[in-house]
Amino acid sequence: MRKLSRRDFLRYLGLGTAGTALLEGVSAVPALASTAEDKLPSFDMGPVKIKKAKETPSVCAFCGCGCGLIVYSEGDRVIHIEGDPDNPNNEGSMCCKGIALGEANTIVDPKRKRTLNKQRVTEVLYRAPGSSKWEKKSWDWALAEIAKRVKKTRDESFEERDDKGIPVNRTQAIAHLGSASVDNEENYIMHKMLRALGVVNIDHHARL
Amino acid sequence: MTNSFTDYKNSDVFLMIGANPAENHPQVMRFAGIAAAKRGAKIIVVDPRFTKTAAKADIYAPIRPGTDIAFLYGIMNYAIENNLYFHDYVVNYTNASFLVSPEYGFSDGLFTGLTEKDGNFSYDTKTWQYQTDGANIKKDPTLQDPQCVFQILKRHVSRYDIKTVCNITGTPEDVYRKVCELYCSTGKPDKAGNLLYAMGITQHTYGGQNVRATAMLQLLLGNIGIAGGGVNAQRGESNVQGSTDQAMLYHYIPGYNPCPDVNTPTLKDYIEKQVPKTSYWSNRNKFIISMLKAWFGDKATAENDFCYGWLPKHTGKDHSHMAIFQAMAEGKIKGFFAWGQNPAVGGPLASRTRDALAKLDWMVGVDLFETETVSFWKRPGVNPADIKTEVFLLPTAMSYEKEGTVANSSRWIQWRWKAVEPPGEAKSDLWIADRIFKAIRKEYQAGGKFTDPILNMVWDYDVPGHDEPDIMKVGREMNGYLVADGSLLDSFAKLKEDGSTACGVWIYAGYMFVDPALKVPACQRRSREDKTGLGLFPKWSFAWPANRRIVYNRCSADPAGKPWDPAKTLVAWDGTQWITNDVPDFGFKDANTGAFIPPNISASNCFIMNTEGVGRLFAPTGMKDGPLPEHYEPIESPVKNLISKQQNNPVAARYKGDFAKVAHTASPEFPYIATTHRLVEHYQSGAVTRNCPTLAEFMPEMFATISPGLAKKLGVKPGDLIVVSTVRGEITCKANVLPIVKPLKVNGSEIEIVGLPWHWGYQGLAPGSTANDLTPFVGDPNTMIPEYKAFLCNVKKASGH
Repeated sequence: MRKLSRRDFLRYLGLGTAGTALLEGVSAVPALASTAEDKLPSFDMGPVKIKKAKETPSVCAFCGCGCGLIVYSEGDRVIHIEGDPDNPNNEGSMCCKGIALGEANTIVDPKRKRTLNKQRVTEVLYRAPGSSKWEKKSWDWALAEIAKRVKKTRDESFEERDDKGIPVNRTQAIAHLGSASVDNEENYIMHKMLRALGVVNIDHHARL
Repeated sequence: MTNSFTDYKNSDVFLMIGANPAENHPQVMRFAGIAAAKRGAKIIVVDPRFTKTAAKADIYAPIRPGTDIAFLYGIMNYAIENNLYFHDYVVNYTNASFLVSPEYGFSDGLFTGLTEKDGNFSYDTKTWQYQTDGANIKKDPTLQDPQCVFQILKRHVSRYDIKTVCNITGTPEDVYRKVCELYCSTGKPDKAGNLLYAMGITQHTYGGQNVRATAMLQLLLGNIGIAGGGVNAQRGESNVQGSTDQAMLYHYIPGYNPCPDVNTPTLKDYIEKQVPKTSYWSNRNKFIISMLKAWFGDKATAENDFCYGWLPKHTGKDHSHMAIFQAMAEGKIKGFFAWGQNPAVGGPLASRTRDALAKLDWMVGVDLFETETVSFWKRPGVNPADIKTEVFLLPTAMSYEKEGTVANSSRWIQWRWKAVEPPGEAKSDLWIADRIFKAIRKEYQAGGKFTDPILNMVWDYDVPGHDEPDIMKVGREMNGYLVADGSLLDSFAKLKEDGSTACGVWIYAGYMFVDPALKVPACQRRSREDKTGLGLFPKWSFAWPANRRIVYNRCSADPAGKPWDPAKTLVAWDGTQWITNDVPDFGFKDANTGAFIPPNISASNCFIMNTEGVGRLFAPTGMKDGPLPEHYEPIESPVKNLISKQQNNPVAARYKGDFAKVAHTASPEFPYIATTHRLVEHYQSGAVTRNCPTLAEFMPEMFATISPGLAKKLGVKPGDLIVVSTVRGEITCKANVLPIVKPLKVNGSEIEIVGLPWHWGYQGLAPGSTANDLTPFVGDPNTMIPEYKAFLCNVKKASGH
């Protein structure tokens, strides 16, 4: 039998995050007598269902604490999220918001089935001038149309030199906001794209 | 943050000012709890509201919104008057002994150098400079010269005695005195005071000076560069540190290098004006040339200035959030990307923000949910037929539906692995950005204006057979590599200005370098090794810069290299060599010979990013509104400034037209102070959390918190509908009547405070009115951060209720 990892141990105990401090010996916080390891109730459990799930280490998408989390998934559905006991930032603990992170993908519907969160945008949508509704579009169409808009606006407003004759190679008619909600690598290529286009109106959450 | 969350367990006293971590950064409370249990740490909470954080405080000090400088100066004055500051630290590691120009002066709220042009004020900083003797700055290590920084600071803060401070801030004097005593107890070599803040400090028309005041207090008490200390800005989004590092900001390019503007049209200009002769920034030419090599590859050569001319040059003026929306309202902006951001709820004066969006020809929204911003054309009260803006809404992936890194508040760049596929047609933001750029490039293949940067930008992230771009390729470009063989760099110390290195983001150098022992890129490391027990965790992920966990760590030891507190050794000189528990933040080894550099060299250059090598109690450069902080009133204030005749920051950022509306001082129509805040159940504009059923149910609707006294006066019961109004508009929401807000006594009169969470808008599972419809469109002159935290409002019971 393989050695029980700390996480396996938690899982078998069904302890979740509450036990993390105890097991890690976060030491600083003395365990209450009633939760001392040798006084915990024991369980006679069959196979733990979550065992079937894929475990993926991630980091919470909300505040800047950087809590590690374990995403348990089955197929395309997130079935459970818990704090990553190994991550030094949170050592297994999570706030109410982080623990609900999975709902951005998967919710339990009124029939008690796990389904995709119906609020998610899952199609490319377009709203024509003056229209009162969204239309479904393909990626190919949207990318090509966006590119045309960008080119038209950029080329109509492009300043190779400013009014003093200084070379500036910019457009002030396009603006970009975002995002502290996307990854470093994504921000990096977005920044490259914007500067290649000559965009100077760039800002995001850092100022708000 | 100078330090990390895991370091908080080493703190002796926490000063939490303008932060509510129990709701907004919950892990802070766990670490503070560990420090309390382990070392008897004490917690001071300074906040206008008795928050959940305040409920855990040893001392809770109520404060009137917008009076932090007075509050912090009073503590500094107390430390100086009672000789509680850390003398040896102050003399050696700050500019306390530096002599300032005899021309420098300060009178009745204004510094020397204020000039007016066309009704706009700005400061000329000439009189704020140091006295020099040739190339050397004149100093007086005895700190007695009346023109030395210490004496100037002493005179400046002497005006902030406890009585004056409490008159301004509304803090009870007995409570304030206890704060001073307790926090000044950290001015000893073996005590660590941790000053942590968030938006309560920054969101003011003098927010930059608020931050300066926090740093000055920490310098005076010797709390910077040590374990358990620091100036710790709790950052609000999972990757706001990283998105700032990548410069999603008009005034930077990646790695905090200033964006070229009209004053630096050529590389020569840039190197002359933006590369200082001293400090680590003297290497900036290497950083920018390596970035240009990463961006333009073989096209970038020494002969063509590495294609510097292809970078846009901004106007040198304001292109920040507020300036963008003013320009949009004026019809000057035609196209707009709202990428994972929801300004229709999150921006100041959001109602006018939504109006401005209708002036656009086109908008591209990239989001998980249908936010208020992307659906502005069908918002309540408008006829979509009147709005001509075309809107593209591109569905994107949630954090765990893709892979990549995020940098937390501790500067730790952590890898997130992919758990599930994005639903339906949704794609990662990496895919979307990659495909948009490729589509644009295709358009320009047939010609167009200034096509060079578009056609020649290095954009090679494809992997054969895969739909998704190769994020590792992006990461390697950011990390940096040798142009000759593509081998990854382990450190930015290897960057060159001759074009032989390419590096997209110099501070990220090393983050993708494979750890020799763990065999994974540094940002994917998951080792809990922590030999010192100080919570440094050097092999968990990667902390920029250089995997350094506590910046300015030279200051943790005395000039001879002996740790001030041997129990918390970060670096130490043992007589022949440096012991380095953390990555040293100073020159400790000769790059060529490998010989150790003795401590006296680094002692005078312990703040390696500052041109003068030490911490600034007085800032000759860098701030637009004074070399020292000074208390001014928020633009909207119920009282006159008690400390000087100057009511407001004379150089505050202000805007025009509809955006200029502010209430006048002591306005009888708007008698109460409003302040915005957040709640643990929701995230920012609520775009995600108001679409998560559990969270929408936990915290379903907008409310305003008023004191029981005010409720009684207005005839309002808990749960009644009330109208909260400012000079800019009004919202209706439920009344939350609780003594967590109490009137404060300011200069003899009682002033009510109204708390407004800002998570709601008209979309999602839990819609509600938007607090930011009320907030003023004014900001800090250095940062252009809006003044969300202090403005004037009125409250009435809603009619018919």
